[in-house]
Amino acid sequence: MALLSLENLWVSYGKVEAVRGVSLAIEPGEIVTVIGPNGAGKTTLLSAAMGLLPSRGAMTFDGVDLRRLDIEARVERGFCLVPETRELFANMSVADNLLLGGYARRRDAAGRRRALDEVMERFPRLAERRTQPAGTLSGGERQMLALGRALMARPRLLLLDEPSLGLAPLIVREVFHIIASLHGLGVAILLVEQNARAALETADTGHVLEAGEIVHSGPAAALMNDPKVAASYLGGR
Amino acid sequence: MNAQIAAILAMDGIATGAIYVLIGIGFVLIFAVTRVIYVPFGDIAAFTALTLAALETGHVPGTVGLVIGLAVLATLLEVAARLRARRLGGLPRAMLLTLVLPLVPVLAAWLAAGRDLGMAGRVALSLALIMPVAPLLDRIVFRPVADASVLLLLTVAVVLHFGLVGLGLLFFGPEGVRTQPLTDAMFTVGGMNFSVQTLLIVAASIVFSGLLFLFFEFTLAGKALRATAANPTGARLMGIRPATTSTIAYVLASLLAGISGILIAPVTTIFYDSGFLIGLKAFVGAIIGAMASYPLTAAGAIFVGLLESFASFWSSDFKDAIVFGVLIPVLLWRSLGFRESEEETEE
Repeated sequence: MALLSLENLWVSYGKVEAVRGVSLAIEPGEIVTVIGPNGAGKTTLLSAAMGLLPSRGAMTFDGVDLRRLDIEARVERGFCLVPETRELFANMSVADNLLLGGYARRRDAAGRRRALDEVMERFPRLAERRTQPAGTLSGGERQMLALGRALMARPRLLLLDEPSLGLAPLIVREVFHIIASLHGLGVAILLVEQNARAALETADTGHVLEAGEIVHSGPAAALMNDPKVAASYLGGR
Repeated sequence: MNAQIAAILAMDGIATGAIYVLIGIGFVLIFAVTRVIYVPFGDIAAFTALTLAALETGHVPGTVGLVIGLAVLATLLEVAARLRARRLGGLPRAMLLTLVLPLVPVLAAWLAAGRDLGMAGRVALSLALIMPVAPLLDRIVFRPVADASVLLLLTVAVVLHFGLVGLGLLFFGPEGVRTQPLTDAMFTVGGMNFSVQTLLIVAASIVFSGLLFLFFEFTLAGKALRATAANPTGARLMGIRPATTSTIAYVLASLLAGISGILIAPVTTIFYDSGFLIGLKAFVGAIIGAMASYPLTAAGAIFVGLLESFASFWSSDFKDAIVFGVLIPVLLWRSLGFRESEEETEE
């Protein structure tokens, strides 16, 4: 059974339909990417799945109807979003940001400490800067902090919104490296990206979203070789 | 005015200011977490004083009726909201929080009626009785409009203040009260007499501000409160419920207001409607702290206390006019400061 399944999801801003009948499913541990141009509705799709925006259609997570869960209850079940805007706590230290990432598991102090050690090990740069306010980090470090903070909740599904946005190419490669390495933890990932090539290289399955509708779907490798997708999104190879 | 009078006025001003510090910090705390400028905050302090006075005379305090009424109303709202959203799973826990917990001190007050609890017992019971009031009001009044603008929340808070004053008259009656001094002891420094009561007020203010600081710095719940204040969306994505943080903020702030009510009760006669003026003066302190900085708020509150003390020496009739008159230049100065800091962030 799929970990997350969206069926015929519609999201509107007033009269404008930003997401039009999207259906997709993610198996446990799978990396699925949704690529597409600016304004295709990618961020809207993630926000609706997280419960930040109202939507129509069926959504289930691990067999539970998501409409019965508010945002916080989703997080407690291991359903976490790393938004495009990162939403870090800028005035608080790196360590405090990470601790708050484990808030959903606040009754498990030992587990939180273990998760903190693991995150620090995975991101040595964060360990170096643990007492520094999050607002003073560089763009790449902020993205790592956002990822690390989400990992503190022991997610089963991570929604990543444009993790490469605004980062230097070298850092982008590092971030995708990290995303691929999360695969080993058994975390399922729904990755939304404009950097289509990097996203498809990392993902198992891909969907192309255009004007709120899925226009191509398939194994990521197949999409990479699809001439139509390549022409539009991979720099016309 | 000679040095001795100045010293007495200063001591008096610091003691009054210390009371305003607790309320001012409460203002900042509630505003940071919920964006509500909690106008009825002074009423919470006044109600605590009235509760303590009733316990001293062996009566069941009016707070009992107030808390029962609010707890029942809040519980009904909670049940209705959960029925509508079909999320009944958390109902027992919600009932525990909105009905059972608030009624524990009520029960204690009933059992204690007519018995001598001693000073410490009465103070503890008064605080326990007042603590559920603001969180329950939050559940009833503010939660349904939690996402509204600051202006709308402020308007609701003003209305709530008038409602509470009416309820205060209903539950506590029109008589003014003054409680027994916490202590009569005096001590002498440099040929001048000071009451231990004054010292106690200042000490309580320092201790409880300090405890709040430790809570914010060293506990996960305290950090969750700071996170909600700094970035509500980010906090929700961590699984931090705004309803939970606002309840914690109201409980803590009520504790601060309650303590200030208990400290002020022996030195001033308190009526059911005395809270507004106390709250307003503490609010001036919070404005000096820009509703954001706890240390500046504390300094501002002490400043207001000193100003009030010296103003009442020069002209007792105009002391409130002088205190609030100072607010105008302060607001001007702070609004200039705001503009500068906004420009800085734009850069």
